[in-house]
Amino acid sequence: MSRHKISIIGLVIIGILLPFLFPAYKLQISFLWILIVLALTWDIQGGQMGYNTFGNILFFGIGMYLCASIQVGMFFPLSEWTASGGEKTFVHKPDEFFQGFFVGILAAGLVPAMVAGLIGYGILGLRGHYFAICTLGLGIAAGEIAGGVELIGAGQGMTVPPWPKGIGDTEFRSEFFYFGSFILMVITFLFLKWAYQTRFGLILNAIRDNEDKAEAMGIYTMRYKIVGWVISAFFVGIAGGLMGNMVGYIEPVEVAFAGATLGVFMILMTILGGKGTLWGPVIGATVFHIFKEGFWTFFLGWQYVALGFLIVIIVVFFPEGIMGWFREKFPEKFGEIVDEEDQKSSVEL
Amino acid sequence: MGAILELDQVYKSFGGVKANQNISMEVEKGAIVGLIGPNGSGKTTLFNSIVGTHPIDSGSIRFNGGEVSELPVPVIAKLGLLRTFQQTRVYGKLNCVNNMLISNKHKDDGLFTMFSRVPAELTEKAEKLLEFVGLYRKRKLLAGDLSFGQQKLLEMAMALMNEPKMLLLDEPTAGINPTLINGIIDRLIRVNDEFGITLFVIEHNMRVVMGLAQRIFCLAHGEMLAEGSPKDIKDDQRVIDAYLGVQ
Repeated sequence: MSRHKISIIGLVIIGILLPFLFPAYKLQISFLWILIVLALTWDIQGGQMGYNTFGNILFFGIGMYLCASIQVGMFFPLSEWTASGGEKTFVHKPDEFFQGFFVGILAAGLVPAMVAGLIGYGILGLRGHYFAICTLGLGIAAGEIAGGVELIGAGQGMTVPPWPKGIGDTEFRSEFFYFGSFILMVITFLFLKWAYQTRFGLILNAIRDNEDKAEAMGIYTMRYKIVGWVISAFFVGIAGGLMGNMVGYIEPVEVAFAGATLGVFMILMTILGGKGTLWGPVIGATVFHIFKEGFWTFFLGWQYVALGFLIVIIVVFFPEGIMGWFREKFPEKFGEIVDEEDQKSSVEL
Repeated sequence: MGAILELDQVYKSFGGVKANQNISMEVEKGAIVGLIGPNGSGKTTLFNSIVGTHPIDSGSIRFNGGEVSELPVPVIAKLGLLRTFQQTRVYGKLNCVNNMLISNKHKDDGLFTMFSRVPAELTEKAEKLLEFVGLYRKRKLLAGDLSFGQQKLLEMAMALMNEPKMLLLDEPTAGINPTLINGIIDRLIRVNDEFGITLFVIEHNMRVVMGLAQRIFCLAHGEMLAEGSPKDIKDDQRVIDAYLGVQ
């Protein structure tokens, strides 16, 4: 077994033990898993493929609203739920809650994936800044639209069905969502680890480095771009559905289509850790989350100033991220070597 | 042997600039053909038109017997008509072997192919071709860290990896030192000879193109000025005038 495999298994075991070792931080660590999923999936576009998107938050919001709406709508009229403030009028039985939850999570993955396919077909032909600006518009527009739809609570937002009474205590609830988000993170990581080793991963990198060349070599780059975005949207959508349940309350601009916070964080985390690497987003998200929570605890009132400084430091001193910095210092550890041993033909230029 | 590439009255203009006018030509299968002309005479535009980078205004381009003038770039590439670029284009942040693996011709772009692992024998093929161009020892370096000349060689190897029927080379020896130019000429001839690939070469270096090509086309002001064997071209007064200016 390779060292890489052992370290992954070790980390998974730590992840399983964490909520029991630090029960007070359960919710925070669950958020961390969600953040890692967001960073990992943003990296598919921003890092591996070189398409800086601000639009992945769109799928997060769609997943969140869709999951909650299905959880409610499967058993009660949705419009009455949102109009009456939800759980005050209607109560989910335990089996209803879990049925709704699983169907909701499934839809929260599939529907954003389809949306990504459709939108992607339209806008993935744009390059560079144009793509970034276009996707920026997507997230903002979605927030505004969601803020105007009465059915899902408009600007007031909507509540997500609360944990059913009689199934464990609040500790059990947070453990449930802890492991929900943990499993999602592990699956996302393993899926991407596998996908990057296939032809798909190679071509994404080719698109990043020189898309014209890839096309000139006979690769239908559009398909790879769309499939990449569909994968992102699927996992981000599920993350959104989970996050809605963890927070318990959905609001269009601050929680669901939170482009100014989560939408930017997912980019920062990836850049901090190292774009275009598998471990970069994981490391970046962890470091970022610790710093962010530290700022909120110790610099309350100045937390956004501190966060702003962090962003400046990341961009100025770690433009290639933590992994990128290591790669620059120790290229031979990443397999970039001149094969001096081999005396086969060579050119001197 | 018949013609692999036939152009018939191709026109292409960008606004008021008539980049290509009434270009008709034929390239024989298995030949090495040169394309020369002063700067701005429309050579690269013609290449772009042939491989489908931009649509042509009118005329017909036939490759291997089929009309390709309306097909997009990747489709034409899949038919076996590849080009290299004047400014090298390699995948800078990937190592040479991966650059080669990406360039390998694949059956389709379906999900199954997309998510299949790269077979080991492909790596062997890639390494063999890297050895052919003389980059074997640097195969694990990032392509972006190679020198300009090495990138040109890598680009050539990438094109070979794709097993094209015909290769359009846009100034393969520009910016390369004179000793290595001989190495490139030698390899181009071997590519043509051993792999049976038709070559169509834009070249400014007269020594190179005269030594390499069996037939040369000369463009000037977007029009076909002359065509013929290297000797004919060398003695053609119109070509000399186009290059040196008329008194």
